[in-house]
Amino acid sequence: MVRLPLQRTEVPLVCLEGVSELRGIDESADEVRIGAVTTHSELISGSLIGKHFPLLRDAARCIGAPAVRNMGTIGGNVCTASPAGDTLPPLYILGAEVELRSLKGRRRMPICEFVSGPGRTQLDPGEVLCAVVIRKDHGFNFHHFEKVGQRKAMAISVASFAFAAAVGEKGSLARARCAFGSVAPTVFTSPVLDGLFSGNPISEGLLCDAAAIVREGISPISDVRASKRYRRRVAGNLLMRLEGGAGCR
Amino acid sequence: MKQKISFVLNDSPVAVETDPGRRAVDVLREDLGLTGTKEGCGEGECGACSVLVDNVVKLSCLMTAGQLEGKRVVTIEGIAGDGELHPVQRSFVELGAVQCGFCTPGMVVTAVGFLEVNPAPTRDEIRVAMSGNVCRCTGYQKIIDAVEDAAEKMRAGSSRG
Repeated sequence: MVRLPLQRTEVPLVCLEGVSELRGIDESADEVRIGAVTTHSELISGSLIGKHFPLLRDAARCIGAPAVRNMGTIGGNVCTASPAGDTLPPLYILGAEVELRSLKGRRRMPICEFVSGPGRTQLDPGEVLCAVVIRKDHGFNFHHFEKVGQRKAMAISVASFAFAAAVGEKGSLARARCAFGSVAPTVFTSPVLDGLFSGNPISEGLLCDAAAIVREGISPISDVRASKRYRRRVAGNLLMRLEGGAGCR
Repeated sequence: MKQKISFVLNDSPVAVETDPGRRAVDVLREDLGLTGTKEGCGEGECGACSVLVDNVVKLSCLMTAGQLEGKRVVTIEGIAGDGELHPVQRSFVELGAVQCGFCTPGMVVTAVGFLEVNPAPTRDEIRVAMSGNVCRCTGYQKIIDAVEDAAEKMRAGSSRG
């Protein structure tokens, strides 16, 4: 809708918000299925999201401003596939899959395959994203999301960081996943980075090593919002936020 | 290609015959003559075009006319009731939260929608609620004060029952 007035040719529009099969957040034994037209406000208030995927809820809280969150949808955020899309880092960490449908049938694929580049997805002509599906058995009991922008609201991320971990009783991380937005053509993840946290408690030393890996691995650009140098610096700094209060809530 | 679009506007049923792909803000302002809703940016960043759609604040510059079908829409013109200012409007006036007035319809509509859902907000919650409405004149403090004041008066008013 934002780009519509700028288009030179008449494009037929189909509004999907009234299509009942695309609505609703439903739970089965293993998964939660989030209808594509679920708004960010609905992600925030949805009890299933708050219970199983608070990381996604926290990211949705940072999108735009209230009216934008009342209108923008998870399907829209995913299909726009902006490098800065705020629902994307959490969805990568959670191993979300997209459910696509066309006259030819249905297919499902992991989100990291669906998003193929900045603003590019595997959506075929005639295909509709119906739902985002996330398994409940991720095992994470700690999450963190932060985005840096030019203001606290209504800001496209300059850099964003999503983190989830399975923390043991003594504060050691059995498993962790990191994902960064706005610092690469698509969401940046790194098995090496994730592996660094495995079996260890969070410490300043570990975070410094992690920050170095991130700064080395990302490929930020300079644009109207920030320089690549700033993004590289901030991405590493965002990791340092994990330190504090014996690590984990 | 024109289509009949029927909805409830400020408590009255209306119908417009128009291209459903036109923007809602244009239909409200031009076809229905309700120029209280403003266009500040046309891209959803300023909140001047805010309207309530089924009690939810939305940006009419990013809605199509077709999306109004069957909805209950309230614009700034529908906020005052029976010739009386809404408490939010009264607080804006009394606390000096209006300078040029251009952002004011969007601010008021957003605040009214917000207080329906959260009648006893903290100041920080008000800031978040109003974070999509931009003002070039006031520096925001008096606007936040006005929403806080209206919330207090509305709570006091309703407790008098």
